[in-house]
Amino acid sequence: MIKAENITKRYQRREGPVLALDGVSMEIAEGEFVSIMGPSGCGKSTLLLTLGCLIRPTEGKVWLDGRSVYDLNHEEAAALRLKTIGFVFQTFNLVPYLTALENVQLPLYLSGLPPARQRTRAEELLDQVGLGDRLSHKPSELSVGQQQRVALARTLANEPRLILADEPTGNLDPALAEEMLDHLEGLHQEGVTVVMVTHDPLLAARAERQLRLVEGRVSATEAVTTR
Amino acid sequence: MTTFRLVLRELRERKSQLVTSFVAIALGITVIVAVRTMSHFSEKAVAQELDNLGANVLILPKGATVTNYYTADFGEYVMPESYIDDITTSQLQGVDNLSPKLTEAISLNGQRVYLTGILPKNEFKSKPAWQTADGIFARPEGCGTVVPGAVAKALGGSAQGGGSAAGARQVVVQELGGAEVMIGNDVASRFGLKVGSTLPIKGESFTVKSVLPSTGTVDDTRVFAHLHTVQRLFGRGQVVNAIEMIGCCKEISKGLIDGLNRLLPEAKVVTIKQIAQTQLSTNTMMERFSVIFLVIILLVGAVSIANYMLANVYERRKEIGTLLALGATRRRISSVFFMKSGLLGLVGGLAGYGLGTILAVGLGPRIAGVPVLPLPALAGWATLLAVAVSIIASALPVAKAARLDPAEILREG
Repeated sequence: MIKAENITKRYQRREGPVLALDGVSMEIAEGEFVSIMGPSGCGKSTLLLTLGCLIRPTEGKVWLDGRSVYDLNHEEAAALRLKTIGFVFQTFNLVPYLTALENVQLPLYLSGLPPARQRTRAEELLDQVGLGDRLSHKPSELSVGQQQRVALARTLANEPRLILADEPTGNLDPALAEEMLDHLEGLHQEGVTVVMVTHDPLLAARAERQLRLVEGRVSATEAVTTR
Repeated sequence: MTTFRLVLRELRERKSQLVTSFVAIALGITVIVAVRTMSHFSEKAVAQELDNLGANVLILPKGATVTNYYTADFGEYVMPESYIDDITTSQLQGVDNLSPKLTEAISLNGQRVYLTGILPKNEFKSKPAWQTADGIFARPEGCGTVVPGAVAKALGGSAQGGGSAAGARQVVVQELGGAEVMIGNDVASRFGLKVGSTLPIKGESFTVKSVLPSTGTVDDTRVFAHLHTVQRLFGRGQVVNAIEMIGCCKEISKGLIDGLNRLLPEAKVVTIKQIAQTQLSTNTMMERFSVIFLVIILLVGAVSIANYMLANVYERRKEIGTLLALGATRRRISSVFFMKSGLLGLVGGLAGYGLGTILAVGLGPRIAGVPVLPLPALAGWATLLAVAVSIIASALPVAKAARLDPAEILREG
């Protein structure tokens, strides 16, 4: 599903150029659950955002379903993110002035669904994550765990085939982290491709395949783990 | 969820931050609407006053002076009546009405009275005080309206009668025949004359067809006959000794007088400058006042909105980044912010119109000394202006929002 070929990303900082990715090549098959592990600052998030059509690499190419994503124009790349990719953010990134229902409606609104159908679909999703009775609550009125579930419902609204999760358990206590992992594994079992960035080896071990990133390079690829 | 709902939800949530921009644009529009409303009615009042004064340009024979005109003592100074035709058939703009006159002194019961020959319809058109309430002699509205048809008709002296009171009045003045006169109010009371009375002039008997309403001017002490009758009585031929003209003030300043001087080199053209300049200076002052205010206020409003929108974009970086990651296009992000600023302009414009109108109606009589009423047409302009300023001021912040790099924002966490 995803193929990255020799991707390099350099940033210009005041203190000088920074090499975030250094010739990373990888392939992720449809339906795979892959974790990308590494210490803080090793380029994990940059790699994830590069795979998600959000960071143009300085060199190299990324293909998604056979299409070179950085050869797409802005509108096409936005459409690809809207229809195919779902992001899970560490800090949930819920819009603070919208209710749980409205937050879940956002991707549906962006894809042009009529408001009534947006509402029905968002209600279904929130019901599925156990928040059917919290539709009109704003993020500040929800617990961390509930916010995480709203964010997950929003990620799944347009039924993405690829989930890119950036430290999805970083802000969660062990119980909630376990709940999040269960959700990701459930999606994987349904055939969704999951790429998860984490610095936690125990969490990374839950994936089918682990990639280790050190100083912008894939230093090791571990075989499919048994779960 | 719709773009409008998204905008409304954000506006509702962050009301306090909005207040400064809203107040800036609303106050700006308030001042503009108040000044425009007051100046509109002030200009109207000045125009009305000028209207009541009658002519503002005099065309006199070359050697005559304004004193000759005011004393009605022209001596031998005359000029051809054909000057009227010359003016009406010329390309000059801004001539509203022409009233030719030939004034001669006569003796009435041993007292000296002035007999003025007029073309009745033209005279009534230039004298609002003479006009009847039914408005049959109402002057054309607006400046620069040349009415050669009316002049030509009056010159021809033909008219139709009618059965109504208005019709009767029209008959009197348009059919002011060879043996008929109209008399000023003072003349009527001094000599005990009324409609139907007869009075002898130069050995001929004339019937009083009408007693003119009091005007408080020298007209009250005159006797008016048809111009051609006076010319015949005094053996003057087709001449006049004054042409009173109503010229549009703006056209006067744009060269109407020069045009008249070129057209009639043997005549003297005199503007009643103070009258004309009163209106001109008032209008100019109001216009400049409005323009200066408009520019300053719009700038203040625009800067305030631009500042607010920039802060808003910065504050919502994470939200913009999230929306872009979710698949929003830059156009969608722009539309959200433009709708917000447009809405701000719309509400600010309407509020400004309301406040400005209240201010103008309340303060107008004290400041401008004229009664002021709401001008509904300004509501549309005020709103459009506010929306346009708001949207233009937001252009830069919106472009900034649309160009934000989602990856950079998302990495900030």
